[in-house]
Amino acid sequence: MSTLTRATPAAARTEPAPRREWRPPSYWPFVVPALIVVLAVIIFPWLFTIWMSLNEWKVGSPTTFVGLANYLRLPNDPRFIEAVEHTLVYTALSVLLPLVFGTFAAVVFHAKFPWRGFLRAIFIMPMMATPVAIALVWTMMFHPQLGVLNYLLSLVGLPPQLWVFHPATVIPSLVLVETWQWTPLVMLIVLGGIAAIPIEPYESAQIDGAGMWQMFRYITLPLITPFLFIAAMIRGIDAVKSFDVIFAITQGGPGSASETINLYLYSVAFIYYDLGYGSAIAVMFFVLIIALAAVLLYLRQRTLWTEIGLGA
Amino acid sequence: MKDHRISRRAVLAGSAAAGALTFSGLPAQAAEPQWKKYAGTKLEVILAKGPRGDNLQKNIKEFTELTGIEVESEQIPEQQQRQKAVIELASGKPSFDVIHVSYHVQKRQFEKAGWLADISGYMKDPTLTAPDLVESDFSAAGLQYAKNDKGRMLSLPWSVDYFILYYNKEMFQKKGVAVPKTLDEMVEAAEKLTDPKEGTFGFVGRGLRNANMTLWTNFYLDYGGEFLDAKGGILTDGPEAIEATKLYQKLLTKVAPPGVAGFNWMESMASFTQGRSAMWIDGVGWAPPLEDPNASRIVGKVGYTVVPAGPKGQFSATYGDGLGIAAASKNKEAAYLLCQWAVSKTQGARLLQAGGGVPFRNSILNDPEIQKGVKMPKEWLQSVIDSAKISKLGLPVVIPVAEFRDIVGAALTATLSGADPAAELKKAHEQYRPILERSEKA
Repeated sequence: MSTLTRATPAAARTEPAPRREWRPPSYWPFVVPALIVVLAVIIFPWLFTIWMSLNEWKVGSPTTFVGLANYLRLPNDPRFIEAVEHTLVYTALSVLLPLVFGTFAAVVFHAKFPWRGFLRAIFIMPMMATPVAIALVWTMMFHPQLGVLNYLLSLVGLPPQLWVFHPATVIPSLVLVETWQWTPLVMLIVLGGIAAIPIEPYESAQIDGAGMWQMFRYITLPLITPFLFIAAMIRGIDAVKSFDVIFAITQGGPGSASETINLYLYSVAFIYYDLGYGSAIAVMFFVLIIALAAVLLYLRQRTLWTEIGLGA
Repeated sequence: MKDHRISRRAVLAGSAAAGALTFSGLPAQAAEPQWKKYAGTKLEVILAKGPRGDNLQKNIKEFTELTGIEVESEQIPEQQQRQKAVIELASGKPSFDVIHVSYHVQKRQFEKAGWLADISGYMKDPTLTAPDLVESDFSAAGLQYAKNDKGRMLSLPWSVDYFILYYNKEMFQKKGVAVPKTLDEMVEAAEKLTDPKEGTFGFVGRGLRNANMTLWTNFYLDYGGEFLDAKGGILTDGPEAIEATKLYQKLLTKVAPPGVAGFNWMESMASFTQGRSAMWIDGVGWAPPLEDPNASRIVGKVGYTVVPAGPKGQFSATYGDGLGIAAASKNKEAAYLLCQWAVSKTQGARLLQAGGGVPFRNSILNDPEIQKGVKMPKEWLQSVIDSAKISKLGLPVVIPVAEFRDIVGAALTATLSGADPAAELKKAHEQYRPILERSEKA
């Protein structure tokens, strides 16, 4: 018996060894198509963008290699700096507001009341509409003279606003559209999170005499934090890249008050045909998105950690 | 008795003459080009969306009947059409033979890149060109746009856009205000016509960055401004520019509807057609919507006149578009026949009569028969004819036109929220000058 038991692992050890040498050729052919696709669709365009960013590359004139000159233009370009600021403000607001309203909506829609399913369906409708169509409708509503928003304000005695037609209010107004459209998404994610919370903590909290707010603050909120981070990440990446709504409503105006990096990039590459400089902006933009995603992922890891810590 | 009899000779002569007319499609006075020589050729045309494109597409069958040339054309919204055209031309193998060119944006860029074929030779060739198509028939602005710095024709001027003053006659009468002849009078009139409580304003015009440059340059020209110095340096931050900007700022902040900083022509037109604004300065092509009962509340109440005079002169800022032939096209002669047909008297008359554009050709604009057929009000036609006399190019002829419009336009928009004109212009030009220099060096 003992010899047998000793012999089996030995045989097992020696036999698979030659098989392993043969493995790579057997699965490599299956990898190649995917590899080619990834190279052609992701890696190559990226390398090419980086290459373009190192050249003075204007449509209609010959290209010359200029090294990092395009990148050195960035810090001295006030429009680019402004665009970065606009992007950050726009992103922060369009993550925060849907998160707050979405969480509130999720708590409301988690409660049981008549017509709940129907009202939930109504609530998520903005998410299903086409951004450009939404933008056109909102443009009309924002019109200072003919729009319905100022009419509604006048009904409650408030003075008319300029909405997207004034540099100071344009970004908040655009965020309003963004919030209106994307609160439902946050609501859906958070609703899933709330539904997954067991009922026991609430029961014991009620016995201990906790109020509604305390239960939300100390039970619901910590337990849905990982979901909030997922929502924040999806919203953050979406908002930082936002183009359609801004372009359709203001095209970056008035002046350049709502020009985000994406809009500026579009102008540089496709209106000024300065592909080299445009590529440099694209590369910096990509770095910004990666950094943002990395921060959010890191924060999410930390919340997961504390959750496990709490559980243990 | 004998006189009334129809002779065999008369019948033959008559039918021969009739035959000649039907074959040529045009009065057969002089030698006609050989229209049929390129029968069977297929042409691709890329057009910017608008009345010019519509007019071409609607009547293209007549061209095919005349020449036997098949034409495929597409209309794309202006901005996208420009992008598509530039990218395709830069590739060296454009998919089109004929291109609709926006002169005020693309002239210099296209010339420098050598994307358009030289048609000067074709214009002198009687087998290709009808006798009535001569350079001197085009207005000065048209020739300025179509010719490169060596005097070669690179396109045929198609339609010109003059800036004119539209005004609401009813509002003027109500307040007893006279039609302004100078910019100062215009400000005064606008002040009298403004009544924020009623929601009515004296003036409306483009405030949106980029779009606003076309309005501002008209003021700039009236203040005696020139765009470029002898060395090609930009001059739009000089004293004339500051004065013009002050006027622009005053009009758009004191006597214009709120939110005008975000208005393009569309929003301006909406305000004007709703009877909310009494005056509007913009391109001459908006008469059809203003006189359309389905789109306008002020049908029959619109007055048309030239842009009022400034302290240093009276000008109408002029923009325009033309038809060019891609240098890479293999069907240049056939393409030339198409361009020629598109700017012909017949097609030009249709365009003018519908109010969809104004031909660059004087023989069309000044033809009393054609004038009679114009469906727009007589005043409109008069404003066109008068503007032609004071026409001046409305934008500098440089490659980075879009950057110019964006950067200086943003400065103008900033003045609408109270920024100082001189400081804003200075800042904008510090930003723009290196861009212009870089493009001229390339």
